[in-house]
Amino acid sequence: MAIELLSVGFLVAMVAASIRIGTSLMYATLGEMLTERSGILNLGIEGLMIFGAMTAFIATYATNNLAIGVGATILVGLIEGLIMSFVYAKIGTNQHVWGVAFTIANFGLAYFIYRLYFGSPAVIPTVTPLAPVKIPILSDIPILGPILFQQYAYTYGAIILFVVFAFIFKYMMWGLIVTVVGDNPIAADTAGVNVYRTRYVAVTLGAIFMALGGSFLSIAQFNSFLFELVAGRGWIAIALVTIGNWKPMRCMVAAIFFGFVDAFQLRLQALGLTEITVAGTNIAIPFQLFLMLPYLLTIVFLAIASRTADYPTALLTPYSRE
Amino acid sequence: MSDIAIQVKGITKRFPNVVANDHIDLELRKGEVCAILGENGAGKSTLMKIIYGLYRADEGQLLVGGKPVSIDSPKGAIALGIGMIHQHFTLDEKLTVVENLVLATGQGRALLNLKEASERLTGLSKKYGLEVDPTAKVYQLSEGMKQRVEILKLLLRGAEILIFDEPTAVLTPIETGDLFKAIRALASEGHAIAFISHHLGEVLSISDRIVVLRNGSVVGETTPTGTSKSELAQMMVGREIEAVTRHKAREKGAPILDVSGIRALSDKKLEAVKNVSFILDAGEVLGIAGVSGNGQKELIDVILGMRKATSGKLILNGNDVTNKSTKEIIEQKLRCIPEDRIGWGLLMGNSIAENLILGLHRSEKLSSRLPLLGVIKEKEIQDYAKQLLARFDIRGADVNAPVRLLSGGNLQKVILARILSQEPRVILAVQPTRGLDIGATEFVHKLLLELRDKGVGILLVSEDLEEILALSDRIAVIFRGEILGTFTAESATSEKLGLMMAGVTEKG
Amino acid sequence: MGTIPILAAGANPLDAYYEMFLGAFGNVIAISEVLVRAAPLMLTGLAIAVAFRARFWNIGAEGQLYAGAILGSFVALNFADWPAWIHIPMMILAGMAGGALCALPGILKIKVKVGDVVTTLMLNFIMIILTSYLVQNVLKDPFTGWPQSAPIPDSATYPVLIPYTRFHLGIIIALFFALVVGYGLIQYTTLGYEIKAVGSNEIASRLAGINPTAVTIKTALISGSFAGLAGIGEVAGIRHHLIATLSPVPIGYGLTGVVIAVMAGLNPFWVVVVAFFFSIIINGSQTMSRVTGVPIFLSEIFQGLALFFTLFFMFLDQYKIRRVR
Repeated sequence: MAIELLSVGFLVAMVAASIRIGTSLMYATLGEMLTERSGILNLGIEGLMIFGAMTAFIATYATNNLAIGVGATILVGLIEGLIMSFVYAKIGTNQHVWGVAFTIANFGLAYFIYRLYFGSPAVIPTVTPLAPVKIPILSDIPILGPILFQQYAYTYGAIILFVVFAFIFKYMMWGLIVTVVGDNPIAADTAGVNVYRTRYVAVTLGAIFMALGGSFLSIAQFNSFLFELVAGRGWIAIALVTIGNWKPMRCMVAAIFFGFVDAFQLRLQALGLTEITVAGTNIAIPFQLFLMLPYLLTIVFLAIASRTADYPTALLTPYSRE
Repeated sequence: MSDIAIQVKGITKRFPNVVANDHIDLELRKGEVCAILGENGAGKSTLMKIIYGLYRADEGQLLVGGKPVSIDSPKGAIALGIGMIHQHFTLDEKLTVVENLVLATGQGRALLNLKEASERLTGLSKKYGLEVDPTAKVYQLSEGMKQRVEILKLLLRGAEILIFDEPTAVLTPIETGDLFKAIRALASEGHAIAFISHHLGEVLSISDRIVVLRNGSVVGETTPTGTSKSELAQMMVGREIEAVTRHKAREKGAPILDVSGIRALSDKKLEAVKNVSFILDAGEVLGIAGVSGNGQKELIDVILGMRKATSGKLILNGNDVTNKSTKEIIEQKLRCIPEDRIGWGLLMGNSIAENLILGLHRSEKLSSRLPLLGVIKEKEIQDYAKQLLARFDIRGADVNAPVRLLSGGNLQKVILARILSQEPRVILAVQPTRGLDIGATEFVHKLLLELRDKGVGILLVSEDLEEILALSDRIAVIFRGEILGTFTAESATSEKLGLMMAGVTEKG
Repeated sequence: MGTIPILAAGANPLDAYYEMFLGAFGNVIAISEVLVRAAPLMLTGLAIAVAFRARFWNIGAEGQLYAGAILGSFVALNFADWPAWIHIPMMILAGMAGGALCALPGILKIKVKVGDVVTTLMLNFIMIILTSYLVQNVLKDPFTGWPQSAPIPDSATYPVLIPYTRFHLGIIIALFFALVVGYGLIQYTTLGYEIKAVGSNEIASRLAGINPTAVTIKTALISGSFAGLAGIGEVAGIRHHLIATLSPVPIGYGLTGVVIAVMAGLNPFWVVVVAFFFSIIINGSQTMSRVTGVPIFLSEIFQGLALFFTLFFMFLDQYKIRRVR
């Protein structure tokens, strides 16, 4: 099949798809970025996303109401976030192990609750997914219209949140406080900041975003809950935070870029291509390579970013008042 | 009286082995610069920590503005208008000056108003001669500039009483001059200033009143006009140290550690070691005397292969090990008794036995070489560990117990036992008896002298003059990254050393 | 602790536990099945126990498992004319090499704080996709057309040691590696000592003449090789083909290995014990769920909860230490 790769229509569709499909990554990355800026590494992100996806799906299925689905997800994110933030901030050490523990626990719980509710149905239960929202007038603008103004509410939310946080970190006191807590908690403490409380808030808020990122997958991008749903996005988000250098807008761009990679691969699958023939030669690239691409690129970009990474200086260093 | 800002009455603070502050009476007056002079261990920093809320006194009272107060934390101190400028700045290096300052002042507001903060900052800067660029990122600033930011931070939080803890240690002479101008300006505006230092020249030039502490008590109070450097030095250090068991002179051994022209930068990219050269012979103890913060840390790091020497050479046993890896340096039989026992010297999550064999685990005695892997000889290790425990009188647990159960003195013994059994040729001993009681201190000293007699070269880096004098064959004094002078054991007196450690050379 | 989910599922806990017990111990076959499942768990648990001791956060045992399976299968499929006593060891070596190589990129941790976690994790996904590709294309079974490789020749198959069961050589190999090699490495070798030292205090290790980077590299290789061994074990002992579902989804042997390792206090001996324990739970709960209707995924929750409790006790432990100081 010939694809006019350079046609405007295709490009516009791809960019729109990148943003759309990058949405769950965007939420996850935002959540982890916020968490890490306060000095905490949360490896429970993948688990949170799964649990958020499950919660959203079941809540929506049970009540036939997408809004409740989203609400339930936020609630779950809040509760989990509070637990996690207490563990990470107060204990401080072994954050890696705790994070993996949270992920495994969330996986297990998510599947159990799902099975408990649905059993093993022959037909996978689905919901009517969220529909993209076309903003009137603006969505008719050529090129920009489809890209920016025909997205899901979630997507608009993600972009707005990124802008909001960019603003917070640049212009608001709270952003400064979080930053200093992550760079030099002692400096923050001597300036009168409650380091623990700041971290609780950052981690909890981050957890809510992560859960929302998962929920997008089950009730918007797709319409059911499968165990392969998250497919490592949580882990990729961790790398994206480093790649985006802990800055909101860069993280957003990084997430959208990976959304692009994902979208590209999905398109290939949709077209039924099992391989791509590079024009003019006989090289056939199996589509599995494109499946691998997000993961490969994550490693590559992480390695590149390692040279200039501008860590929150106190990341992973446990803090305790002397 | 209205011009007394803080009154310290009978403050006493005891630690397990020592009385750090012994019924101290002191006053800080508004509009006055009061210098607090003393060696390390004299009790200056303990007293300041009490005033600043980091420690609680065991006895005594603090009065601020005439009223008794209880200061529980730095926040409490600041609320009372007491601000301390530490040696380690509490700033977020990645942010700009104004961002750091606005954190200190503007937490009530939601939006950052950098412009307003900037203006307030500039106003204050001008008033006190503390000019600094608000938009500069802190990591770019010189130490002197960073210090200004710290001062401004405190002023913005309403500090009336300012305590400067060894502020000139990291400054160039010009920056010191600027600081002094600022201090004078602050004093003339009515602030009460405490200036803690061991630098006699500076103390004489900046202070209105001088209080000397020694061994936890106030031993003298005077004014710059009423005293001299040598009188101050005497007060600080006390009479000539009596009856130090001077060791017999021995023949010089061959040079084993040759340090020449070493320069190195501190973590903040300033030059911390400036052209240091010395030679350590086998069978000698070379003491490097100096108050910490004068480049010792960086010099030690270079010798251990943990910091880059920007120029100069390091020759160990005749081999050039300049800027080589730590492993290669260790292979040349150099061992370190670190200042940070736990952070640098011990595996806190492991047993005593495991700590005792660190570094020795590949030796023929304790492991056998199989192809690819060495197998540890468990029984030999147990025996060996038990032997060491007995020989070094390490008490508190048996060989397989976790090492963290041991007390400070015993932890140091573990490190010593380990190092000694590796038969080093050179030992870098950094503050080896810090925090140890008399018994443990004697033990360590005895051990070091024994090693010296066996031909080991020992580089002793210490702030404790008594220790330096008791152990060293030769003494070099380090000040601001340079070796100001070298003495032989016979020619050194605590007075001469004290003066030189305070920056006073023959030229003044 | 596990009773709550059972009750939530509407089943009778006593029945449930009885079925679980039967499922695990009912007869010789059941017991051997427990061992069959324990083998890969032991190995991945071991892999992670070794890695975590050096603070090398290897979350990618899953990927290393598949990498080992791939490389091992390659040797298995291509040298069918070798006699078994050569073929099997070569296959095992290849499996271990595959796993080791897959773990190596994790040394990115030296440069970036999350370099080990992210890299090893990404390789999980990459390896699974690669395996799936291989079994659908290059190595595809010419006879059946299923997504699997051609069958492993007899010369490379782990022989079954107890007739009428699936108890295969790989189980013995796993036990050997865990109890002898793994335990021996950590307790008795100089390298094991260095791994512990570097994980405990890198600076002190350096000052004692240890090269932390070299130790990290060796740890990565060893850890990966154990996981790779698990992978080839599944191929040569149970499945007899290379397939893309060697390890259960969603929580595979690799991730379960983390739980096992932490619960075992990173001690190879206890890893074996905990692995058995898990294997009993998993097998038993499968039977139980068939009979009583409680969903299978109880075992996953159980794992999560178990890990939590372990960490909880670790937390209390640390709290106690701080108070004592």
